[in-house]
Amino acid sequence: MRSLLLSLQSEFYKSRKTLAFWASILLPLLICGLITFGFLSNAEKIIKMHYPPQVLWMNFSGAALGVMGMLILPFYVIFMAFSVNNIEHKNDTWKSLFAQPLNKFSIYAAKYLYAVMLIFICLFLFALFTILFGHLLQALNSGFTFNGFSPVALLSKIYFKMFLSSLGILSLQFIISLIWSDFLKPMGIGFVGIIAGIIVASKGWEYAYLVPYSHPSLALSMSKSKNMDQLFSQEIYSSLIYAVILFIAGYFIVAKKSIK
Amino acid sequence: MRDLIIETRGLNYYFGNQKVVDDLSLKVEKGSIYGFLGPNGAGKTTSIKILLNLLKSPANTVFLFGKEINSNRIASLKRLGALVEQPAIYAHLSGAENLYNRCMLLGISRTKAKEMLRLVGLEDAADKKAGKYSLGMKQRLGIALALLSDPELLLLDEPTNGLDPNGIIEIRNLMIELATKHQKTILVSSHLLAEIERIATHVGIINKGKLLFQGTINELHDLSKPMIELELNDIAGGREFLNNNGYQILNSTEKKIILPFISTEECGRLNTLLIQHGFTVYSIYQVRKDLEHLFLDITKNN
Repeated sequence: MRSLLLSLQSEFYKSRKTLAFWASILLPLLICGLITFGFLSNAEKIIKMHYPPQVLWMNFSGAALGVMGMLILPFYVIFMAFSVNNIEHKNDTWKSLFAQPLNKFSIYAAKYLYAVMLIFICLFLFALFTILFGHLLQALNSGFTFNGFSPVALLSKIYFKMFLSSLGILSLQFIISLIWSDFLKPMGIGFVGIIAGIIVASKGWEYAYLVPYSHPSLALSMSKSKNMDQLFSQEIYSSLIYAVILFIAGYFIVAKKSIK
Repeated sequence: MRDLIIETRGLNYYFGNQKVVDDLSLKVEKGSIYGFLGPNGAGKTTSIKILLNLLKSPANTVFLFGKEINSNRIASLKRLGALVEQPAIYAHLSGAENLYNRCMLLGISRTKAKEMLRLVGLEDAADKKAGKYSLGMKQRLGIALALLSDPELLLLDEPTNGLDPNGIIEIRNLMIELATKHQKTILVSSHLLAEIERIATHVGIINKGKLLFQGTINELHDLSKPMIELELNDIAGGREFLNNNGYQILNSTEKKIILPFISTEECGRLNTLLIQHGFTVYSIYQVRKDLEHLFLDITKNN
């Protein structure tokens, strides 16, 4: 346990000056900022529509959430899985990392957990910034009706669901990035996976939940429609099962891996 | 026999079908500087990676501090520091941050990192990004990283690679100091014999995965046959004279005659004999075949 914490602390220390770490803060800030700017510059038009508060919040948060499941989240997850491993590939530091008197599982688990944390932080900030910027819009222009509804519970649930739905992709991409040191393989496979995910999710294929890349899309489309209240839906279970199995498989790959 | 810090017993290692380590039985005694010598691609780095458990060795073939490595991985790694090939450094972090990161992983105080920076002479460059370091500076940072936990055993893979002559001397002195003053055991690999000869107490020579020689540096010296080099006023005449008197001449050049060395008395007798027969002896001295040639011979015959 101690070596897991030490490794996790070191992961943070190593990456705190890299784009990968800052992306998890800047990406939500940037996207929510742009949407807010859009709302502010179109304030007159939007206010004229006389949306009820709840619909206004849906419109506002939907601007980011609409592309979240298909694009932002899968790409972000692929990028995180890549960069957490790439820091060792690039600097040729696997050998010194595994020559430390630390349990191999801790080193591996710390890397994985760090990627999970970055995704969590990113999605948490998306939810947080959406709420904060909504209220900021309200403060800047009292014509809005953001104060008529509290989206905290709903957004927390949707983003938490997004988070869970991304873990399957993360585990898969994590293994790919662990094995291959180059940029093209994880990105290429990820890209193809995302497209396949979009296709199977949008065509409503019966077994779409078996494709990890489709989970965020599925989770989002589900949450829009029938089972909004249900946190643990089929694709979430599928994502978690993928995550657990691939996480364990990844460990065996690491344990067997000879560091050339 | 003194305590063996490193011992391998008939170690074999394969990359696929290719045997890269062949029946290797290293014996490294406590407090020694063990020069691990071999041409490029001889299996030195592979052996060091096996000692670090980066490459998995068969059970009961590798022992560090008297314990089997696979079943005592963490305990063994705690007591050693290593520099393998190019130093493993995070290019986007400064030299000091690289050390702090390692301190974090090892659970030791950051003051130790500052101490190491001073030791390897990187104090002034501590806050510079390690990616911008010169090769020599990277190498020094790598050594600082290896020394950080104050390990009993150091595995240094070509530590003077890329260093300028001053840097080489500094690292050499540092190794000698660590072994003599701090009783560290050091295994240092190199493909340069002259480098090893200056510091090592023990030598292992490896080629194509096989250990061809292992012993103290003096034992290595003894392998090279001593010879007499003779300088005379009349080389041609001297050669003929010696031949007629039953001396075996190994070689002769325009200025020198080379004979096998038998004993110091015999050397004196030869001198007397030559002078009595009207030769002027400019010099007569004992030489050994230098180790460089010996090394080439040892590795060539395999």
